[in-house]
Amino acid sequence: MNYQWNWSLLLDEPYAGWLLAGLGWTVALSVVGWVIALPLGTAIGIARTSSSRWLRVLSGFYVSVFRNIPLLLQMFVWFFVVPELLPDRLGLWFKRDLPNPEFWTAALALAFYTSGRLAELFRAGLQAVPRGQVMAADATGMSRPQALRHVIMPQALRIILPPLTSEFLSIVKNSSLALTIGVLELTAQSRQIENFTFHGFEAFGAATAFYMLVALILNLVMVSLRRTLTLPVAV
Amino acid sequence: MIEFDHVNKHYGAHHVLRDITMTVSRGEVVVVCGPSGSGKSTLIKCVNALESYQSGHILVEGVDVKSKARSAAALRQRVGMVFQNFELYPHLSVIDNICIAQRVVLKRHAGEARERAWRLLDRVGLRDKAAAYPMNLSGGQQQRIAIARALALDPEIMLFDEPTSALDPEMINEVLDVMTALAADGMTMMVVTHEMGFARRVASRVVFMDKGEVVEDCSTTEFFNDTKSRADRTRQFLDKILSH
Ligand SMILES: Nc1ncnc2c1ncn2[C@@H]1O[C@H](COP(=O)(O)OP(=O)(O)O)[C@@H](O)[C@H]1O
Ligand SMILES: [Mg+2]
Repeated sequence: MNYQWNWSLLLDEPYAGWLLAGLGWTVALSVVGWVIALPLGTAIGIARTSSSRWLRVLSGFYVSVFRNIPLLLQMFVWFFVVPELLPDRLGLWFKRDLPNPEFWTAALALAFYTSGRLAELFRAGLQAVPRGQVMAADATGMSRPQALRHVIMPQALRIILPPLTSEFLSIVKNSSLALTIGVLELTAQSRQIENFTFHGFEAFGAATAFYMLVALILNLVMVSLRRTLTLPVAV
Repeated sequence: MIEFDHVNKHYGAHHVLRDITMTVSRGEVVVVCGPSGSGKSTLIKCVNALESYQSGHILVEGVDVKSKARSAAALRQRVGMVFQNFELYPHLSVIDNICIAQRVVLKRHAGEARERAWRLLDRVGLRDKAAAYPMNLSGGQQQRIAIARALALDPEIMLFDEPTSALDPEMINEVLDVMTALAADGMTMMVVTHEMGFARRVASRVVFMDKGEVVEDCSTTEFFNDTKSRADRTRQFLDKILSH
């Protein structure tokens, strides 16, 4: 193969700026998506374990919709279909006046998709807490929300911490699908650099390095979280 | 005081409590024994509404357990419970285990809750374990903390569901000693246990259950000494558990 490597090209303008902007959009998508998905997923996960049949059915429906429809399709639906279904004024605002409509649509799609996955995770975690613990909390007069807050959720969180961090990694990786509706996030920018310079290896290499860096950092975060949250073991 | 008045409970077709009628007076210690599956746990869990029942009434301090006039939280604050498997909260230190319900349910201030916790730790002889986590304690120590946790809400009645069944033999006495001291202080207690030595020494009455029925409900002396007046299945049960 006769390929002229040119890594320094990534430091030249405008490519360096493109990469940085892409990085910024990727981080923004992931963080906004996560900030919405986490409370939503927690609430839906709690509803999945509710004693009310209605709540269980509704939340189960929510989970199967958002978890089972491919994210790419969800992005398209949010971007192309939902604005048409909204009342005229709102739809117009969505398409015309909302700044960065691609970004917000992609972030919402990511958030809902991820919240479905988080809900299942929280359901599993909550159900993994031994029933005796719930009974003990009940027996001291705690209400359902109090028991959840002080006894059940803290234990469930410790159980699901590892898969929870990998869900965050997933949202970072999944954010790359936003390029399909025109968000110039990291992967899109690398592709654009490739188009302009024919140096695809370097461009995609830089993106790859970033995704791997995120994975590495998350791993470190998880290890230290685990250390602080792990209960002292019998000595 | 606890009054059971013709209490019946079914799990589907399974009749687990059959027409239970009895009274536990203030300051009384009643030991409940009987074969596994006879309904002992179900019976005492009805007292603090952890289980419900289909007919009859249970009055705790004169108020129906199912009465809307008293919330479940208020009922459970008056009735403490100790479980076979301790069920301490593993993510909380010993002192926080004792404080949490005081803070959350009774809305006590941190200082007040801690002060109460320290006194209870003294009472169960585990002051030096305040900062430890449950999994670093022996079973006997965990159960003593569980008793302290229940006492922290200043209950008038304590329910014990086989508190020593999960313990190694050498730890049984430290828990029974705490319970004995509690009884001497005048606590009203219902104790599901097969520790017949404890029953003899501490109980004022013994209730023997079989297949959801109260077969015997008599004074401790009668129960152990007047064996001729006991039902056949009571004698068989006693032979079995006293033989080793
Ligand atoms: N949740 C439940 N569903 C159906 N049957 C139950 C349930 N809990 C207990 N039982 C049945 O009720 C009976 C009494 O149980 P329990 O009160 O735990 O007995 P004990 O404490 O005397 O061993 C048993 O036959 C048991 O199988
Ligand atoms: Mg039992």
